[in-house]
Amino acid sequence: MARLAADAPTKGGFSFDLCQRNEMLLKKGMHLPTFRKTGTTIVGLVFQDGVILGADTRATEGPIVADKNCEKIHYMAPNIYCCGAGTAADTEAVTDMVSSQLQLHRYATGRESRVVTALTLLKSHLFSYQGHVSAALVLGGVDITGPHLHTVYPHGSTDTLPFATMGSGSLAAMAVFESKFREGLTKEEGIKLVSEAICSGIFNDLGSGSNVDVCVITKGHTEYLRNHQLPNPRTYVSSRGYNFVKGHTEVLSTKITPLKSKVEVAEVDAMEE
Amino acid sequence: MDLDLSAPHSLGTTIIGVTYDGGVVLGADSRTSTGMYVANRASDKITQLTDNVYICRSGSAADSQVISDYVRYFLHQHTIQLGQPSTVKVAANLVRLLSYQNKNMLQMGIIVGGWDKYEGGQIYSVPLGGTILKQPFAIGGSGSSYLYGFFDQAWKEGMSKDEAEKLVVKAVSLAIARDGASGGVVRTVTINADGVTKNFYSGDSLPLWHEELEPHNSLLDILSSSSPEPMST
Repeated sequence: MARLAADAPTKGGFSFDLCQRNEMLLKKGMHLPTFRKTGTTIVGLVFQDGVILGADTRATEGPIVADKNCEKIHYMAPNIYCCGAGTAADTEAVTDMVSSQLQLHRYATGRESRVVTALTLLKSHLFSYQGHVSAALVLGGVDITGPHLHTVYPHGSTDTLPFATMGSGSLAAMAVFESKFREGLTKEEGIKLVSEAICSGIFNDLGSGSNVDVCVITKGHTEYLRNHQLPNPRTYVSSRGYNFVKGHTEVLSTKITPLKSKVEVAEVDAMEE
Repeated sequence: MDLDLSAPHSLGTTIIGVTYDGGVVLGADSRTSTGMYVANRASDKITQLTDNVYICRSGSAADSQVISDYVRYFLHQHTIQLGQPSTVKVAANLVRLLSYQNKNMLQMGIIVGGWDKYEGGQIYSVPLGGTILKQPFAIGGSGSSYLYGFFDQAWKEGMSKDEAEKLVVKAVSLAIARDGASGGVVRTVTINADGVTKNFYSGDSLPLWHEELEPHNSLLDILSSSSPEPMST
């Protein structure tokens, strides 16, 4: 009967060996390196023909914006996409990993991937790392059984919902959804609502900003609308942008190294296959 | 205003399992909280293990979901090997074994309920730590604290199906009224010889308790209609 416990993940999983040493170092005053988080507002909703996912495009490193136009809607399968919030490295790595597992599974089964397959792969991976893989995901897709939308939390729990929001801007986006969502939206209404929810996160949450990405998944067809809305254009002092006239920068010294004399050009036969 | 959105997902919860003459009724609220934020206001905490056995989950959402997946898998194998539907006792014991042997790493309370042809309707409680207790009724989750006295007075042997279901709905709605971590809708699952019936009671169909007010439409709806005439002296 002890075998039952052993059936829980035996290989892999989080190694807790260094945790005590890390705690000791923290007490001594060492600072943990900050990692890039996708502050983030990510949303998803189910409409009459399928699923629409949305995300902002700001990636932060502490208080600094590291990337003003990153991609938070990750490809999982031709019919399944996944928005990721939390540590950028974790969301990228876990979605890439499950995406390749899904592809191998497609080759083995000869069928289109199902959203629940992606869901189970993600939740079992995240659970075995006990929340240390900081990835909070909104997974959506349309498969043979219909449209599906799920949220996956870093500890490995999942929820199945008709509309969902995650990330630091989730409260702002959820307020928009709770007020305006209804079942059976059309594609245009759905895209508009998703954009509104993301904009709500962009303008009211400090960890989210820049542009709105939208992804519409329907039976047999997926539309990835990268930068569907750009509500934060760069404002230049002059409308022509910056203009750096020659002579503005002081030249301190000049050194010219002719490279032609260093490179030997030899006549050889062309490469053949 | 400390919304700890990175706190683990926990099923604040009120879960109940009650036997009646001929089967069992399982009931639960629908609130899943992450710190002080309600992550899912319409979750389904009553999960199916087999055709005749369901469980109510409380505690850590991740732990209870993963354990229920494992138990469903083992029970499925057991059913194939046995050649007939597994008993509620076996299902409850599988939950107990996983819960006890991983007690250091798991944080969840489960109520197992079902019907089989040998013992009829049964309720087993598997709380934190992994004990197993066969009981005529069981309550669990943070909201259960408010129901011990209620059940001592209201539960009786040999209730009918409707009486049992009404009792469960009343109890969950009382707990929702007093426990901050429970809320949303009331879901019930009734299991007996004829099969399984699932019911749903939305927030506004539940009775109002002490100091609870009737719901009103938002006064902001007046603003969305045509703007008022400007005042004139």
